[in-house]
Amino acid sequence: MPAQASMPDDSTQARPEKLRETPLLAAGSIAGRALVIVVAIMTFLASMTAGTVELVASASSSWRSDIARESTIQIRPRPGRDMERDVARAAELARATAGVQTLKIYTRSESERLLEPWLGTGLDIGELPVPRLIELRVAGTPDFTILRRQLAADVPSATLDDHRQWIQRLGAMAGAMVIAGLIIMMLVLIATALAIAFATRGAMAGNRDIIEVLNLVGASDGFIAREFQRHFLRLGLKGGALGGGGAMLAFWMAGFFASRWNATPGGDQLEALFGTFALGFRGYLAVIVIAIIVAITTAVVSRVTVYRNLRGLD
Amino acid sequence: MVRFENVSLRYGLGAEILRDLSFEIKPSSFQFLSGPSGSGKTTLLKMMLATLKPTRGLVHLFGQDVGRMDKDSVTLLRRKVGIVLQDFRLLDHLTTYENVALPLRVQGQSEDRYRPEVIELLRWVGLGDRLHVPPSILSGGEKQRAAIARALIVRPELLLADEPTGNVDPVLAKRLVRLFMELNKLGTAIVMATHDWALMDQIPERRLILTEGRMRIEG
Repeated sequence: MPAQASMPDDSTQARPEKLRETPLLAAGSIAGRALVIVVAIMTFLASMTAGTVELVASASSSWRSDIARESTIQIRPRPGRDMERDVARAAELARATAGVQTLKIYTRSESERLLEPWLGTGLDIGELPVPRLIELRVAGTPDFTILRRQLAADVPSATLDDHRQWIQRLGAMAGAMVIAGLIIMMLVLIATALAIAFATRGAMAGNRDIIEVLNLVGASDGFIAREFQRHFLRLGLKGGALGGGGAMLAFWMAGFFASRWNATPGGDQLEALFGTFALGFRGYLAVIVIAIIVAITTAVVSRVTVYRNLRGLD
Repeated sequence: MVRFENVSLRYGLGAEILRDLSFEIKPSSFQFLSGPSGSGKTTLLKMMLATLKPTRGLVHLFGQDVGRMDKDSVTLLRRKVGIVLQDFRLLDHLTTYENVALPLRVQGQSEDRYRPEVIELLRWVGLGDRLHVPPSILSGGEKQRAAIARALIVRPELLLADEPTGNVDPVLAKRLVRLFMELNKLGTAIVMATHDWALMDQIPERRLILTEGRMRIEG
């Protein structure tokens, strides 16, 4: 067609170098910075939730394994029975049980000392019927059925506690924490998706003229949706990186200060609750995954919103 | 190529803007679309681009009934039709080069492939030294030529031009009409909306004249 030129060319020189493609959506028409901040805050909240859940879950797992490694035989004084002989017999039966590695018999004075925090030191508790304890260190999960039966027969005042009830309670608590964390993350993701949907609608309204021109020159809905998706993915990645990075920094700082406060009453309390307060590889990986999910959600929601709106315009 | 059968159009519950239009536009034909301001010329052009659907009657574009076309078919149809709008509709945040390349870009063509063609066309319409400037600093005539170049870059089978001479001086207007006639000789069907009777009197081509929503055909 241009070979049949009839229009005068008033150009002196055209530059045939490669020309950079400008994004089709006018950047100024989209409230990009505000959206990046919203996405960053949402990612930060979701990451903090995930990290906290991970800390509690791993701390609870370590409590459980500690507890599971111990069992206790308690022998209550009973009239007519020789306490020392009962203790020795119970220890003998426990020693013979497969899975019991070592055992520690608490002497009468040691047992009395255990009561001191409740009863004080100035009281003569020699006359009180203080029960005696045998602490067993076990490997794996030994079968205590035979030991229980033997204890019932030979030492009827003895009870064996393998802490199963505690372990179950801790397991239930950790499970509840994980579920609560997942629910919070889902809510944060839904809130992010809604914010993106509103922002996309706003962006479409701001770019209405451009969308009309694109339609007139033969752009498909898919092409227009891709343009929006590309734009919002960039915003999502930026926000996700900021929020996720912020969360990682917060956990690192928490770990750092927790190690500094070690051996103080507050630090010990924290350590009892959250272990060493170190997030670990799994926690950091979760934060990265959340940031990526948020960015992908941003892109997908904007694409779907554009498709729906274009269908509406049609 | 384009066939209207007893076509009427109204917006909402208002009066009919176009009434019982029946006409045909054949491949490689040239016609003026004329009539006073507000007679429905732009509306008719929009119907030829499947932007508006008739409230009564049948519109066939490239053998397809517009009323039954889905979105994808409309998109494909628009790739065969070039349109020059009265207000140009150039995108201000893109350069002149990018505006003209837009129809090829939305079809997914790579810039390496279309770059020489776009630059050649821009030189042809006299905008070879305005490649990198945004439309906001182009003169009215330059904008007009950029809009025409954008419509021509896909080598359309049908070119719809809405008042393309409305914003230019008589000399440039004549040159633009000559340009359209040359394109027509190369096989593009042209529908040029204008109410410049003096211009039409110089060119003995078919005239579709709209008056109060009805059409009269001359020539």
